[in-house]
Amino acid sequence: MLARVAAMCVVELQKMRHDRTEIYTRAIQPALWLLIFGETFSRIRAIPTGRVPYLDYLAPGILAQSTLFIAIFYGIQIIWERDAGVLAKLLVTPTPRAALVTGKAFAAGVRSLAQAVAIMVLSAVLGVALTVNPLRWLGVVVVVMLGTAFFSCLSMTIAGLAMSRDRLMGIGQAITMPLFFGSNALYPVGIMPEWLRVISHVNPLSYEVDALRDLLIGTPGHLLLDVAVLIVAAAAGITAASALLGRLVR
Amino acid sequence: MSDESGSVDRHAVVCRGLRHAFGGNVAVDGVDLDVAEGEVFGLLGPNGAGKTTTIRLITTLLPAKPGMVEVFGLDVARHRMAVRRAIGYLPQQLSADAALTGRENVELFARLFDVPRRQRRERVEEVLSAVGLADAADRRAQTYSGGMIRRLELAQALVSAPRLLILDEPTIGLDPVARDGVWERIQEVRRATGMTVLVTTHHMDEADQHCGRIALMHRGRVQALGTPADLKSGLEPGATLEEVFRAYTGDRLDEPGDGFRDTRSTRRTAGRLG
Ligand SMILES: Nc1ncnc2c1ncn2[C@@H]1O[C@H](COP(=O)(O)OP(=O)(O)O)[C@@H](O)[C@H]1O
Ligand SMILES: [Mg+2]
Repeated sequence: MLARVAAMCVVELQKMRHDRTEIYTRAIQPALWLLIFGETFSRIRAIPTGRVPYLDYLAPGILAQSTLFIAIFYGIQIIWERDAGVLAKLLVTPTPRAALVTGKAFAAGVRSLAQAVAIMVLSAVLGVALTVNPLRWLGVVVVVMLGTAFFSCLSMTIAGLAMSRDRLMGIGQAITMPLFFGSNALYPVGIMPEWLRVISHVNPLSYEVDALRDLLIGTPGHLLLDVAVLIVAAAAGITAASALLGRLVR
Repeated sequence: MSDESGSVDRHAVVCRGLRHAFGGNVAVDGVDLDVAEGEVFGLLGPNGAGKTTTIRLITTLLPAKPGMVEVFGLDVARHRMAVRRAIGYLPQQLSADAALTGRENVELFARLFDVPRRQRRERVEEVLSAVGLADAADRRAQTYSGGMIRRLELAQALVSAPRLLILDEPTIGLDPVARDGVWERIQEVRRATGMTVLVTTHHMDEADQHCGRIALMHRGRVQALGTPADLKSGLEPGATLEEVFRAYTGDRLDEPGDGFRDTRSTRRTAGRLG
């Protein structure tokens, strides 16, 4: 199982090595969020973040957002692999469905990490006071992997239900913004209207942001709860996506 | 064909009463097959005959119900993993990953089939040269020609040293030279290892030339079965398989299929997105 998951991650690394342009182009959007949204809202002090500068508050949120944006369309790759016969070939190897899905989920995580490096470097350049504790950075890696794993499994699950690229794109686009704005990525839960708080409360992205904020800039969060929620969410996502994987090739 | 109990263990594949419908469309309609160990068995038929569906039933991609499939005596429904371990599979589409090099493509399958790390490099090298891609192994597959991609996929299917190689239209969309290239490699490996080959094709001449036995498939059924010579023997001497097919089904075989177009569009997508 572990070897299979590693095999899928190796492939993802190899692809990234061959074609780096995607990493750069994908880093543009989070960079704009930090530069434009972050700098502007720092200046007008519209969002109460206590003694934490807004840019510091925002950086972990943008990191989490980037994992969401990478992962939520990951299912497109599965649909493409279905159409190209790649998926059929993988399913005829002695690899359990769950190992394939987990492999894909962590492969997406590997991609997220590459982007995380870019976002963190930019944040540091903009003066965000990031942690220097290597253990906390290790925690960041784990949280980014888990968050990406969950959202990519969500995407693969939708792929297994929607069965077509266009429908997956539509659904993905429809849920991305609610997931993003219905989280604590941009603003604290405290200033949300009641109904939005409820959404934020069941939104795994909020737990990812909370954990990243705790780890990166030391805002006290609920690290154990966050990680537990992310693990459970990722496991549920893997289960759902593996159950639907065979359906794609029927 | 009726003797099930005694000879099953000498068969690579046994199918009984295989049936599969997509909605109301019956793609496979009661297929019985026995593929002996070591032979090259051809499923021959026009597009839509049900060849790919039959292959997918045998390879565990579709549930073989109703009916029964055994691969080397193992019931496919009950021993899925063991069956997959024994099979090397090449789907109808050109399915190598264009974004990876030839070697990386093969390595992935070596890993997924648990080729031990120490043997992996050697094994990968071995199959790459067996399909004549040793020199191109470090180029990305998007730079490969159709024939090279097909041979690369052959290497992917062979890296696990399968006892049964299942090829779904291995030469679709290839020019005659590339086609011969693919078949040469298949036959070489087969001679060296004694593996069984189950192949689908809609090319008469290909089946005639390379298959020990042929099942003529049409509308989800096996219409005739035997060696190319057997099938031709009922007709006047010098009859081609084309004529055999017409005699058994009353239809023409080589209607212009859309298989070629399928393959090409797959490749284009692979290049763009991969
Ligand atoms: N995934 C599918 N969904 C619906 N119909 C299908 C599917 N795959 C094949 N068919 C139908 O089943 C029949 C047999 O197809 P197939 O097994 O692909 O034939 P062949 O491989 O001989 O060309 C055709 O009528 C085809 O349209
Ligand atoms: Mg077919």
